[in-house]
Amino acid sequence: MNAGAAAGPGGAVSRAEYCVVACAEEWRGAGEVLASPMGLIPSLGARLARLTFSPDLLLTDGEALLVGPDGEVEGWLPYRRHLDLVAGGRRHVMMGASQIDRYGNQNISCIGDWERPDRQLLGVRGAPANTVNHPVGYWVPRHSRRVFVERVDMVCGVGHDRAAAGGAGRFHRLGRVVSDLGVFDFATPDRSMRLASLHPGVGVEEVREATGFALAVPEEVPYTREPTAGELRLLREVLDPAGLREREVRG
Amino acid sequence: MTGKLMTADEAAGRLRSGMTVGIGGWGSRRKPMALVRALLRSQVTDLTVVSYGGPDVGMLAAAGRIRRLVAPFATLDSIPLEPHFRAARERGALAFTEYDEAMFLWGLRAAANRLPFLPVRAGLGSDVLRVNPGLRTVASPYGDGEELVAVPALRLDAALVHVNRADRHGNGQYLGPDPYFDDLFCAAADAAYLSCEQLVETADLAEAGPPQSLLVGRHTVTGVVEAPGGAHFTSCAPDHGRDEAFQKLYAATPWPEFAARFLAGRSEDDYRGAVRAWHGERQQ
Repeated sequence: MNAGAAAGPGGAVSRAEYCVVACAEEWRGAGEVLASPMGLIPSLGARLARLTFSPDLLLTDGEALLVGPDGEVEGWLPYRRHLDLVAGGRRHVMMGASQIDRYGNQNISCIGDWERPDRQLLGVRGAPANTVNHPVGYWVPRHSRRVFVERVDMVCGVGHDRAAAGGAGRFHRLGRVVSDLGVFDFATPDRSMRLASLHPGVGVEEVREATGFALAVPEEVPYTREPTAGELRLLREVLDPAGLREREVRG
Repeated sequence: MTGKLMTADEAAGRLRSGMTVGIGGWGSRRKPMALVRALLRSQVTDLTVVSYGGPDVGMLAAAGRIRRLVAPFATLDSIPLEPHFRAARERGALAFTEYDEAMFLWGLRAAANRLPFLPVRAGLGSDVLRVNPGLRTVASPYGDGEELVAVPALRLDAALVHVNRADRHGNGQYLGPDPYFDDLFCAAADAAYLSCEQLVETADLAEAGPPQSLLVGRHTVTGVVEAPGGAHFTSCAPDHGRDEAFQKLYAATPWPEFAARFLAGRSEDDYRGAVRAWHGERQQ
């Protein structure tokens, strides 16, 4: 049993820190590609991966520059080149999801009927292109039945069933879904979502109750891996000394 | 080559109701807001607006000028959801052609290249094809036979863009980090109106930045408008950042109240005066 014991100086590992490490793992072995994280926890994860086990990753400043983890400029990536890079496949993104279903279909466009939505959100943005061109993972800071739904209202990011049905599957590759409760993958015969690991302190029933569809759960569910002492030090002292991560995920 | 200098109101006066108008910039960045404000002072309506949307879309939607919006999003960047676009969608006030960001780019490229469409992979498998049932797919004529989305050319009656420097002939220069797609908007349009922070002599363009900063060519521009602060309240790096306080006000104020205070004047100068007065009040 993993009790979330301290792996380094500064006390016990927080839930937010497990989430950062779980997001960082999304880029393990990704190679010399652009890591595009949406949101604070994935951003910390991408930079942690770049500083440790995935040193070849490319990062952006959030505007038009490619930068090292210390901000050193190494390239130019305005939106038009960014879109070319998406099509070329040299990118691995972690997006958000207002809704996601068991096959990994994701929605950030609107809630309700598209013709006249109850809530208009961002619009599809780049999700359709991302999911048919390069690997995509997802980050959900508050795991709930409102997010993990039976059917998304508008398929923006393409899931496994949609990719298999049309011609969208050639470069389609979904990574993992990381939430504040655990890590999820699609390692099932029908490529539906499976509980891959629980963050320490979370139980299987809690995840089931917060998920709006029947989730595949293996007999033995491991815990999300511990950060190493070096990772914790980087995270706490270099990447996020102000502790902003604790505001995105509490506990 | 001469005679392109005009005011924002003269540029807006060239537009007609029912036109398809492309608006440059991205989100709440380098938007041709002085031209949009002139459009709001005109009677032009029933527009098809083509935009990587920001407050340009929000304001025109709030004022009821948009019949159809073609866009992959509308956002204020530091405020993720554009409140007036959102409200317009939720009350069913505009028709929407929702595109992926890349589909949108290739639609502009097709128009600029006088092609009927260009193929993209973006959109396959997604509901973009469901909500835009007019979109067609095309099979690769080569051995792979791959099916792709045929994005129709986004041909524009007019384009509105804002850059940092321009000369009177319509050569436009951007000095910030990102060209966005302003050159494509101009090339995709039958008439393009270019506003600038500062009008300069042609000889001074090469002094202000490297040759690759000369983004917009005069052969694609119909009218040139000098509009210092013409992107307000969106950003126009490096000349000025986003006016975040004012953007918050815009997002939080009911549209009739905002429009009455800031957009009811007869000119861009009136707008700037109202903004200055508001900032003055805040500092007291």
